[in-house]
Amino acid sequence: MATLNIRGKESWLVPILFILLLVFPLVLTRFYTYLLALIFVSGLAAMSLNLVLGYGGIYQFHHAVFYGVGAYGAALTITKLGYSPWIGFLVGPLLAAFISLVMGAICVRLSKLYFGMLQISLGSLVWAIVYRWYSFTGGDDGIHGVSMPDLIGSTTGSYYFTLLVTAACLIAMYLIVKSPFGSALQGIRDNPVRSEAVGVNVKLHQLVALVIAGFFAGVAGVLFIVVDNSAFPDMLFWTLSLEILIMCLLGGWLTFLGPMLGAAMMVALRTFASTFTEYWTLIQGIILMLVIIFLPEGVLGYVNAKFKQLGNLASGGKA
Amino acid sequence: MLSVNGIHTFYGLSHILFDVSLTVSQGEIVGLLGRNGAGKSTTMRSIMGLTPPRQGTITFKAEPITRQKAFLLVRRGIAYVPDDRRVFADLSVDDNLEITFRRNEDWNKERVYDLFPVLGEIKSRRGGNLSGGEQQMLAVGRALMSSPELLLLDEPTEGLAPLIVRDLEKQILKLRETGISILLSEQNVKSALKLISRVYVIDNGRIRFEGSLADFEANEEIKKKYLMI
Repeated sequence: MATLNIRGKESWLVPILFILLLVFPLVLTRFYTYLLALIFVSGLAAMSLNLVLGYGGIYQFHHAVFYGVGAYGAALTITKLGYSPWIGFLVGPLLAAFISLVMGAICVRLSKLYFGMLQISLGSLVWAIVYRWYSFTGGDDGIHGVSMPDLIGSTTGSYYFTLLVTAACLIAMYLIVKSPFGSALQGIRDNPVRSEAVGVNVKLHQLVALVIAGFFAGVAGVLFIVVDNSAFPDMLFWTLSLEILIMCLLGGWLTFLGPMLGAAMMVALRTFASTFTEYWTLIQGIILMLVIIFLPEGVLGYVNAKFKQLGNLASGGKA
Repeated sequence: MLSVNGIHTFYGLSHILFDVSLTVSQGEIVGLLGRNGAGKSTTMRSIMGLTPPRQGTITFKAEPITRQKAFLLVRRGIAYVPDDRRVFADLSVDDNLEITFRRNEDWNKERVYDLFPVLGEIKSRRGGNLSGGEQQMLAVGRALMSSPELLLLDEPTEGLAPLIVRDLEKQILKLRETGISILLSEQNVKSALKLISRVYVIDNGRIRFEGSLADFEANEEIKKKYLMI
């Protein structure tokens, strides 16, 4: 089964990685701290997509909508309605989950590519509303300078907040994937008809999964506000959805942490390659092609397979 | 318990089942025998709501279930083991059993492992890595997890080694002792005759014979014409 695959012998990796991430801001410059926080945000968005894409086999092509709605939900609650940021942080994900429920209820009647196409259309509708409703959403300009509580106002503060929330979300998602609900979801991905024949309410399961994924994407959107203090319509544009999808494929969409790795690669690539050339997407495209040709299960999928091989060798070939 | 009355089923424009009727009573194993392509699996799929009939009615425990969704039928007490016995390849044996809807506590994983001790030894193995016989046992076990009153078994012995077929027969007989009714579709007549008490013979989408096991055994013409034995 596609899993975290850092169990057993490798389980010490997780706490060590976490401690390293806790120490990083003390040794890194502000720029790199900001970059890491951005990786967590993008990674969380990609992992929330992977919940339905990798584990559920649902072709959610326009996932950025929920990321954007989460960000706008929080930003508008704080700037337009004047509530405390903490309330805004709750409103964002809940609003994203609600939009996901509405869109999901409409789309879940279809499957595979038809689901994806309808989802893109509905998502673009949400984008158009945000883009055009100048008086409320700021239209093209977006919303800037969202004020944050002092505790998380600094780069380091926002980094730690992002790290802790992302870690909490990952644990929650891991538990969901490992629960009977998660198994049923993977069963539906394998064969929806068969799942129905063992008593699984396929459409309801898919809808619940979509709402959960929407919620976590909303959390990622809120974290973006925390890191960047702004929200803009491009966060809901379909090109960003594509980017999130590529993160999943790049890192390994059949692994739990793959999308996070994909996000790290994409963010790093965008940041560093774009200093050399404005055609950095060309580099990105070439890398993606190479990955698809040589590592069809993504980078982490490949690493996992190698680990398994080594493990098998070490245990005398016993699987 | 189950009563199928004159169903007509289509795949697109192709008319597959013609006026098929059959009944299964409490606690009996009924055989639906026929050659490849006779309409056995389509009958099963029609009952299970996966390929709903266009005409005719199906009742279960005196309540109409025609064209009901498969997952609702599971909740009413019908379980289905499809002929291609595809288990969920990416899930472990344990998880394959766990995702089934549980109507009550009559059946649980331990009871399934008691019935199929082989499965108990490979709980954490991926479904896709099981042998044909193990997959079939898992498919039956998975169906049992919903504590069904009626089990639809579609060609359980297809493609299995004779030794494993014999094992499976024993376990199916054990199931009957627990009071589960079974509708068993089979091409392998020899194996089926050891298990069933009543026979329907289906050919070209029509029921050609219906009767007790003794009647069937005595009827050489039917056996020769439709089952080639």
